[in-house]
Amino acid sequence: MNAITAAFQYVIPLFILLTIVYGFARGVSVYDSFVSGAKDGIGLIMGIFPYVLAIFLMVKTFQASGAHEFVKRVFSSVASPFNLPPEVFSVALVKPFSNAATLGIFTEVVKTTGPESLATLMSAVIMGSAETTFYVLAVYLGAVGIKRTKYLIPVCVTADIMGIIIAIIIVKLMS
Amino acid sequence: MNTIWLLVMCISVVFAVVNGRTEEFTKAMFEAGKAAVEICLYLLGIVSLWLGLTKILEESGLMHKLSNFFRPAIALVFGKIPKGHPAITSITLNLLANFLGIGNAATPLGIKAMEDLQTLNRRPDTVTFEMMLFIVINTSSIQLIPFTVIGLLASYGSSNPNWIFLPTFISTVISSITAVVILVIFKRCYRIS
Repeated sequence: MNAITAAFQYVIPLFILLTIVYGFARGVSVYDSFVSGAKDGIGLIMGIFPYVLAIFLMVKTFQASGAHEFVKRVFSSVASPFNLPPEVFSVALVKPFSNAATLGIFTEVVKTTGPESLATLMSAVIMGSAETTFYVLAVYLGAVGIKRTKYLIPVCVTADIMGIIIAIIIVKLMS
Repeated sequence: MNTIWLLVMCISVVFAVVNGRTEEFTKAMFEAGKAAVEICLYLLGIVSLWLGLTKILEESGLMHKLSNFFRPAIALVFGKIPKGHPAITSITLNLLANFLGIGNAATPLGIKAMEDLQTLNRRPDTVTFEMMLFIVINTSSIQLIPFTVIGLLASYGSSNPNWIFLPTFISTVISSITAVVILVIFKRCYRIS
């Protein structure tokens, strides 16, 4: 297992090498292309900043008021029989709704439990493997004016819950 | 989101007053501003880096090649869509964008895919099985490189942020398969009832 994990260290460097060399071979001015793509990042982040701010305002004041400890106790009573860090629940709960909220809560988990804690690793895998399901549903169905969704919503919710359980089990098995 | 935000903020204020923590509450407010700027600065670097790289992928035509490579597999999964229908291409491009973690490129492509699927829909206000299949695969998204998460872990001092790769990949593949299975099970139950 360690050998495979070690092999994955090469994915990003190799991906970058392949992208640049292939682009160059195809006559793309790779430097200009990179810069013009990166420019889109500014607008994107500017766009999400107010959302992130709103979420941080919510999360930070929630923690400072003492309400967080109360909720955490509730979560730990659910999580302790399974030996799970309670922080995982907060990430899993907001992920289907908002990317900005998940980012906010995730960074709080990293800061409070450390970048290599079980809570961080589980949250990271959940973040990487789950989607903002309700956002996708609203945007995609709204775009074509679908009103009758049959059994789509229960399927998505069940699949999301299963996905989170799978992520937790896999991190448990691998760490 | 409006209701949740309002509710949580109110709860916090009430808790702060009851616990006598109004001082901390005010401090936390300004800390939130600082924390939001900090995370957005990190993200600005990570996301721009990724968008720069994927721009090269696009302009070199490698993206196009990849989508040609995946299209037969997509056509196989979406068996009911007629051959050569534009829906197959837009679905492939959307899933590819998700695969590479370019969320903002994925959304317009996904809307295009939904519009293409809608042309095959006989009852325009009701969702079709193909649409459900597409949405379910999309929301359980297979992600190859969780660039943002790795970038954030690295920013916060993780010694081995690459560790996330394998578990993320495995769990996203398993959860996508599970999601499709759940959809099929629901379809069966729906028919019976």
